[in-house]
Amino acid sequence: MKKVEAIIKPFKLDEVKESLSSIGAQGLTVTEVKGFGRQKGHTELYRGAEYVVDFLPKVKLEIIVSDESVAKVVETIEKAARTGRIGDGKIFVLPVEEVVRIRTGERGSEAL
Amino acid sequence: MSLLPGSPHRRASIASVLATTILLAGAATASAAEEAAKIDTGDTAWMLVSTALVLMMTAPGLALFYGGLVRSQNVLGVVMQSFTCMAVITLQWILFGYSLAFGETHGGWIGGLDFLGLAGVGQDPNPAYAATIPHLVFMAYQGMFAIITPALITGAFAERMTFKAFLVFTLLWATFIYDPMAHWVWGVGGWMRELGALDFAGGTVVHISSGISALAAAMMIGKRLGHGHEPMPPHNLPFTIVGAALLWFGWFGFNAGSALAANGLAANAFVTTHVAAAAATCGWVGIEWLQRGKPTVLGAASGAVAGLVAITPGAGFVTPLSAIAIGLLGGVICYYGIRLKEMVGVDDALDVVGVHCVGGVWGAIATGIFASKAVNAAGADGLLHGGPGLLLTQVAAVVATLAYCFAGAWVLLKLTDALVGLRADQDDEYAGLDLSQHSERAYVLGSVAD
Repeated sequence: MKKVEAIIKPFKLDEVKESLSSIGAQGLTVTEVKGFGRQKGHTELYRGAEYVVDFLPKVKLEIIVSDESVAKVVETIEKAARTGRIGDGKIFVLPVEEVVRIRTGERGSEAL
Repeated sequence: MSLLPGSPHRRASIASVLATTILLAGAATASAAEEAAKIDTGDTAWMLVSTALVLMMTAPGLALFYGGLVRSQNVLGVVMQSFTCMAVITLQWILFGYSLAFGETHGGWIGGLDFLGLAGVGQDPNPAYAATIPHLVFMAYQGMFAIITPALITGAFAERMTFKAFLVFTLLWATFIYDPMAHWVWGVGGWMRELGALDFAGGTVVHISSGISALAAAMMIGKRLGHGHEPMPPHNLPFTIVGAALLWFGWFGFNAGSALAANGLAANAFVTTHVAAAAATCGWVGIEWLQRGKPTVLGAASGAVAGLVAITPGAGFVTPLSAIAIGLLGGVICYYGIRLKEMVGVDDALDVVGVHCVGGVWGAIATGIFASKAVNAAGADGLLHGGPGLLLTQVAAVVATLAYCFAGAWVLLKLTDALVGLRADQDDEYAGLDLSQHSERAYVLGSVAD
């Protein structure tokens, strides 16, 4: 099992969610986050005082999938989240040791 | 307020004294006395409305203007300070403040205790000040000015003074700075009024006095934690815009109401006030656009307020075209005025000095330049109309106001510090005034379980 973690532009969230639903993804966790990468922040101006805002708002999604569907899920997010401009975000794939469905006690891929 | 030697009110006052004398002699001139101090329903209606308009300037006007400029953990603290001025200064004013400002003069320095607890302040006019409206209306109208003036200072020490210290300082300041200042400039026999200084609606009494006291306060209380290396952007600019727009609206009561009648002079003040605010908005945004590349919304709001401050002393003495010059220059001067704090290294959090002190000083000087007897026969001619003397008088009044208010505020701040301590402790300041001083939060979002 793998965890797919993607940092995307906030306005792309709906599109990514729709695309994931259409390939049968079962669940998704979303967090509003801030950060910076190659896309730099912006400058704000209040009565002549300039503030450089380094951290930009992004959305982080986490989805746990079976080994065989990882490639499909990553490809789907990649396509749906892309605008082609700087700041589109990144996708990370991490190994997952165990999953437990709390309600039933199921373990492993049964619990996904 | 246009209370000048030779003004219609002053003449009315003399007429009434004469009439009373004759009455005592048994002559049947009661009708003459009534004539001199007869309530005019039009004047009274306008002054009641103006009184309410000026109250609205403090809250919601100033409360929102300042509330939007602070960080979200301090918005209630700042709003509470403006709101509290409405409460405690009203009581101070009724009990003794009005008497100190407008009671019978003691050497031109301070009013006597004749009107203590509103003794003798009733439904009949007081012809010495306003012959056509009830004395109660005049008293209430003046009270609204006494309320907003200390509220203006709160912007300088925003986000770090304890509520207790604010309360003590505000009451002391109202009593020892505002009331005497109002007496000097507007009280019959007040020394600045006798000097011939022109201040139609409170350039010295309200704006220079609060602006320079704000400098003393910002210097004494010190910078906010993290000032200079942490960003402190305004948390809600729409609040600030709504606040500025309400100030603009309320200022019609402040300036046009200072004619103390519904007449041509009120109309002149109304128009000059509006024109100056418009011109100053253009001035501030224009210079900012040229210098920084963007026209900001906060620049527009700040410019409008700067223009309103600048026209306050001259509103009833200058023409609408002069008001364009006063406003346009006022916007530009205050844009640079707010840079001063960086030069002196003072954290005047919401730019009270740059807008009210600098704008007030410019307004007083501008009155000395642009005033014209063609607008107000009870006024004087300024530099452009062949009267260089007025400008000198205006400068003298400005210097005296700056000196007295700065020194006085300094002493009162020291006293407040000794009594209750000025500054919130570090943890409280970090948590914000809302939580530390009032146990409340302005924004409780997303805390409901679903």
